[in-house]
Amino acid sequence: MSEHIPILRLGEFLLVSIQVDMHDTLALDLQDRLTAKVVETGARGVLIDISALDVVDSFVGRMLSNIARMASLLDAQTVVVGMRPAVAITLVELGLSLPRVCTALDVDQGMRLLRTGLVEALAPPG
Amino acid sequence: MVVRKHQVLPVKSEKDVVTVRQEVRRWAVELAFSLVEQTKLVTAASELARNTFQYGGGGEVQFEALENGVRRGLRLVFEDHGPGIPNVALALRDGYTTGGGLGLGLGGAKRLVNDFEIQTAPGEGTRITVARWR
Amino acid sequence: MTITADAVETSQPAPETSIGIVLDRFEREILAEWMPEIIALLSRGSRVQEEEVRMQARDFIRLLRQATRGANLTDISAPEWQDLREFLGDLSRSRGIQGFTPTETATFVFSLKRPLFERLRRENTNGHLFDELWTATVLLDKLGLYTTEVFQKTREEVIARQQEEMLELSTPVVKLWEGVLALPLIGTLDSSRTQVVMEALLQKIVETGSPIAIIDITGVPTVDTLVAQHLMKTVSAARLMGAECIISGIRPQIAQTIVHLQVDLGDIATKATLADAFQLALQRMGASVQRPGRN
Repeated sequence: MSEHIPILRLGEFLLVSIQVDMHDTLALDLQDRLTAKVVETGARGVLIDISALDVVDSFVGRMLSNIARMASLLDAQTVVVGMRPAVAITLVELGLSLPRVCTALDVDQGMRLLRTGLVEALAPPG
Repeated sequence: MVVRKHQVLPVKSEKDVVTVRQEVRRWAVELAFSLVEQTKLVTAASELARNTFQYGGGGEVQFEALENGVRRGLRLVFEDHGPGIPNVALALRDGYTTGGGLGLGLGGAKRLVNDFEIQTAPGEGTRITVARWR
Repeated sequence: MTITADAVETSQPAPETSIGIVLDRFEREILAEWMPEIIALLSRGSRVQEEEVRMQARDFIRLLRQATRGANLTDISAPEWQDLREFLGDLSRSRGIQGFTPTETATFVFSLKRPLFERLRRENTNGHLFDELWTATVLLDKLGLYTTEVFQKTREEVIARQQEEMLELSTPVVKLWEGVLALPLIGTLDSSRTQVVMEALLQKIVETGSPIAIIDITGVPTVDTLVAQHLMKTVSAARLMGAECIISGIRPQIAQTIVHLQVDLGDIATKATLADAFQLALQRMGASVQRPGRN
């Protein structure tokens, strides 16, 4: 597969901005590479920006939850930012709750959460 | 009721699932559904298309733009010739978390649409028809 | 749509019907005979310049001549009639804005009948005059009624827009503080209104980047199961996005209803008054209000 979703490093944190409508393999690829990168860099936080996504289905939802779970096993926190209102409303209707995924409105607020380590306290139980 | 427009797309690969999402979005926009309604349609279609491809062994989806008097609607029919769903009642109750069952999330998709119909039997494939009206 | 004054002669096959032929050959004459009728119609408090009406008449005849080249004189939804339909649509809309009644605009179309029929009678050689007149009258009726339909539709669009604006005005989302929004709900909530309002709140949350939203229901007399469900779904959606909601203004009756309906508010923060909710919000934002000391 020639395309990968870029993972950026910002100090102790990893930043991912999903800009494309992912097919399943691409999503799984992101999951794997992100986990590997957390190990490789010893990152203590992962921020995933989904502000460009106009749809989040159960597959992507599971991906986000999996990333959060794997990161936490490696002692890193995960924050998902930028979920659009229509997506949030649909996920609620769908009955998807994204366990262990902490969210913030934008990158700024997300980074603030990661830096102050509040993620532990705020993430819904998984 | 009149069928104003009709199209059939294959659902035989994960790339097809993405294509289906984009096409459903296009049709929903053309039928002037609100943003939330569009998102619900696309999300439901994504779930059902993935099922058709992964569980049903591949199949196709039919698009129909409907007109019932003043009302406009979008109908999607997902069909495969796969193993069929043994326990529909259970599948409809199914959630997304681990909890046994097939994890098809049909119950969730059902909540996103106005009309939901499923025809299936073990060994006889599956045909799911959903529609949303505005 | 700007249209040049005179029709351009093009080398095309002859029209297929007598009506088409008559319009093709006697366009200018018919127009000249029609003009006084239209001007006469305007004489009652003329709001439009005579020149504008002359141009409209000229364009109408020109487009009618174009559309009647083929054999189809009955189905005006067909493609060859599109240019004329668009022209009539624009005409109806602009005249509506100018204050003309839909009848006046339709009459503009109907008034072409006499000059057209005169011409058809004068040129008739095939002995089927009645059929031709009948076709012509049905056609002009359809075109005249079309202008009325467009007028109707435009009115409906205006009303729909006004309803939207009213809805927006009656449910404002206000910014109380940096990062704190408030949505004071007033009046009875029905299912569709609640949905619209909640979507607006979520949108405002994203636009302003406000992590806290206070939904105040002091002004809501009753809450039923459906409305309660919508409220809960909104709070859940806000949470998924990364914002928290506080519900304030829960009066004793509503509290009773909520318990009675067995609605589980879960861990949604609730406060009796908007003031209490605001204080809580400030706390969460890490801010506080202090009275200046007296010296």
